[in-house]
Amino acid sequence: MMEMPRGADVVVIGAGATGLSTGWWLARAGISVIVIDSGLVGWGASGRNGGGCSHHFSPLFVEEQRLWPQLDDLLGYPTEFRPKRIRLAFDAHQLELYGAAARNAAHQGFGARLLDAKEARELVPLAGENVCGGYFYDFGGHANPHRTVQAFAWAMQDHGGQILQETKVTGFRRVGGRIAAVVTERGEIICQQVVLAAGPGTQKLAAMVDVPVPMVPARAEVLVTEPLPLMPIGGVDGNGLYGRQTLRGNLAYGGGPHEWLEDDAVFNTPSSTPLMPFLAGRLATLFPRVAHAKIIRSWAGVIENTPDGRPVIDRPADPGNLVIATLSSIGFGLSPATGHAIAQIVTEGRCQFADLSSFALARFRNLESDWAEIQGWRARPPETAPFLA
Amino acid sequence: MSFQPDPRSTASAELAPTEQVDVLVIGAGAAGMAAARQAAGDGRSVMLVDENPVSAETMGENVPLHFGGGMTGAVRNRNAMLEAVALGMPALEAALEDGVDVRLGTACWGIYTPGPDIGWLDGPVAGLMDGERSWMVRAGRIIVTAGRRDMGLAFPGWEKEGVMGITAAQRLAGLYDALLPRRVVVLGSSADTLRVARDIQTKGCMVLAVVDPGSVLRGPAALAAELEADGTRVLLGHAPARAEGQAAVSALTLRPVMPDGQAGEGAEIRLDCDGVLLGVGSVPVVDLLDAAGCRMSFDAARGGIVPFLDDRQMTTRPGIYAAGDCAGIWPEKSADTTIAEAEGQRAAMAEPGCGVDPHLASSDLAEERMAWVRATVLDSGDACHVCQCEEVTARDILEVRPPRYLGAETPDNEALRPNRRDLRGLLGDRPHPDQVKRLTRAGMGQCQGRRCREQVAALLALGSGQDYGAVRPASHRAPVRPIPVALAAQAVTETPAMAAHWDTWFGMPAQYVPFWAVADEYTASSRPRHSSDASE
Repeated sequence: MMEMPRGADVVVIGAGATGLSTGWWLARAGISVIVIDSGLVGWGASGRNGGGCSHHFSPLFVEEQRLWPQLDDLLGYPTEFRPKRIRLAFDAHQLELYGAAARNAAHQGFGARLLDAKEARELVPLAGENVCGGYFYDFGGHANPHRTVQAFAWAMQDHGGQILQETKVTGFRRVGGRIAAVVTERGEIICQQVVLAAGPGTQKLAAMVDVPVPMVPARAEVLVTEPLPLMPIGGVDGNGLYGRQTLRGNLAYGGGPHEWLEDDAVFNTPSSTPLMPFLAGRLATLFPRVAHAKIIRSWAGVIENTPDGRPVIDRPADPGNLVIATLSSIGFGLSPATGHAIAQIVTEGRCQFADLSSFALARFRNLESDWAEIQGWRARPPETAPFLA
Repeated sequence: MSFQPDPRSTASAELAPTEQVDVLVIGAGAAGMAAARQAAGDGRSVMLVDENPVSAETMGENVPLHFGGGMTGAVRNRNAMLEAVALGMPALEAALEDGVDVRLGTACWGIYTPGPDIGWLDGPVAGLMDGERSWMVRAGRIIVTAGRRDMGLAFPGWEKEGVMGITAAQRLAGLYDALLPRRVVVLGSSADTLRVARDIQTKGCMVLAVVDPGSVLRGPAALAAELEADGTRVLLGHAPARAEGQAAVSALTLRPVMPDGQAGEGAEIRLDCDGVLLGVGSVPVVDLLDAAGCRMSFDAARGGIVPFLDDRQMTTRPGIYAAGDCAGIWPEKSADTTIAEAEGQRAAMAEPGCGVDPHLASSDLAEERMAWVRATVLDSGDACHVCQCEEVTARDILEVRPPRYLGAETPDNEALRPNRRDLRGLLGDRPHPDQVKRLTRAGMGQCQGRRCREQVAALLALGSGQDYGAVRPASHRAPVRPIPVALAAQAVTETPAMAAHWDTWFGMPAQYVPFWAVADEYTASSRPRHSSDASE
């Protein structure tokens, strides 16, 4: 077991993409930082997601686009980033829906191109006769979540940052209007600043310092095929699926129904439910040529969502040395930019390169106490007597 | 206002299984057959599925056993294979008379049960497939009797045809009369391994040698003597150095080893052979159980990682039971099928009972597996692939190197990194096999880790100074058998309601509003709502 450190300038709770990126940005600026997690690096949704890096609706989009192409060199470890995206549509409704990305990107100076069916088939060797068109996005891309999260961790360690895995935070020692130390099951860590980026665990931890952060966890699932010949652009999705072809050649795709969870069930949930065959049906339409390729696994990630599905990156008034960060189910791709923003909030009081005012908790000031019921975000109660006695 | 569930959640998902039974039994070995007959005798409707005979193509993919290409053309004769499997089940006729619905050539790729974490199922379900179709079955109880498989062991040349699991060889020789190798070397000397070696020998296959890196025979001396009487050499203190041959193995060279895996004194021994049978470890097949979320634990006396079971053979997932080899393997149980049968019956009745416990003292499983990996895999460097599917070497695993397909594009400032390029330096004191899997891809291939899982665990133990049993189990994922995309899609029907609400992500319009258009305040009752999919 790694020796328990006494203290650091900054303690980051949560060794996911957001927390580790923050730790890396802080460490490379010469700030002493400890990232602590109840589990392992990237064990939550940061290591289980579609790997997309194309979040045109976010104020962090421009920085996301700036950072990804240089991230391997900045970190010193491969992330498997590949630029550009294609979305295939199979009816007019999907085509219209996928146009929003092009409009949002254009608003920020990024290009996209409408594809007819023939062009779509030329760009996507696995596509079939059923495709009716699509978009080529001259931005974004995709990366390997596992490798990226570990790259953040190792790069941070290379700059002197520390990681404490499998160490649970049990509370905070507060002095005046500040957190003086993060209390763990293995002892206290004295610190100047705290960043709380614990994914679905953020709500409970924030509640320990009396900051309400509304969120509900949910599970989403992905299937993975055997490796197939590489397409020139691996970031192809559509037909209600998100995902990518990995550099190894596997197709990894998710989408469709998610399951809202009661929070105590969150961390013990099995890897998947029988949503896999539904995803297979959608995939067979997206890529008719992979009908005979074999599915070799499926997996699930548990993600949290705020009521509007948008991030909270905010510094409450009390305690005054805490930054709360939940990316609300869309955190991986933005993480290089998110970490940069949070590091600036920690060191300079605010993000210098983007306006994050729409991520403030204050937008929920009049949120109903039963908002989750109103929105239908409750776990489905199990049916009675499902088993043979 | 009454509660309206989020229509884009699993509240709209519908499984509609095509078949329904009281009891589904997966695996028609001794335990499965006993469970099925017991349940049928109690008046339950019972379906008993067994994936055997798998097709020749599936055998070629080393599913469900490590066949290692060691089968004759006979496995392409589907009808003969079916007949062989049926003849190999002495109780088949009785089971059919009991009313058991027996489905041969039918594999189960996943089992699922409702619980606080899966609210959208109304009972246990299983995904099945045969050569032509896949479908879901709803069952009141699922009894998994999935049997055993062989631990893999890497040494240079172990990818060649004819290097195979001893259980696979036994099935080919005993059931199908389709074992290709005629002159084999057996690795391992446990009671199970010696028994199978003798069995294969009596079927006319020449067993040249039984090899073990240890200095004493692990199984009974009497069995070894029977083998020796028919020409088998017992070579203790030896381990494979390399297998030679073109596509197929033509010779195996053994080197003398000390108990710590270092080279021992004496000359190498070269044996001309066309088969190498891996009998270094019998592993309970827990893939379905683990993927379903049943709690697992390492139990050396039960053959390694096994499900946690109560006194009714029930796992920690209500509705799922386990019996037979997949619930635990030990020598007495392997030698006496009545133990497995009793487990199967108890699982079918689900009455608390008194199972037979393994003799704890008899097990040195962790030491045995570690000894093999020390003697072969640990120092193999880049000389062979521990994970054949993804071509991952022992050095790749011990140094957590990125996979070879990234070779050229791995940033080249490796020399500047202060991180030690070893397991502990990179991943801490207790490297998790899943973490190593994600980073090196060991175990991520088409054989779904069946050939490398135990070796990787032993390597992690040796590389990080942990006990073998302390290495946490690498996870299994459904589908536990590779299933073609189009076939998987047949198992369900996307209903119009599901299609109407299908969304790429959560289907929350507010989530995708561009930041420059976001309102200053958000409430649930004033939230934007779309009638069709909203994510982009």
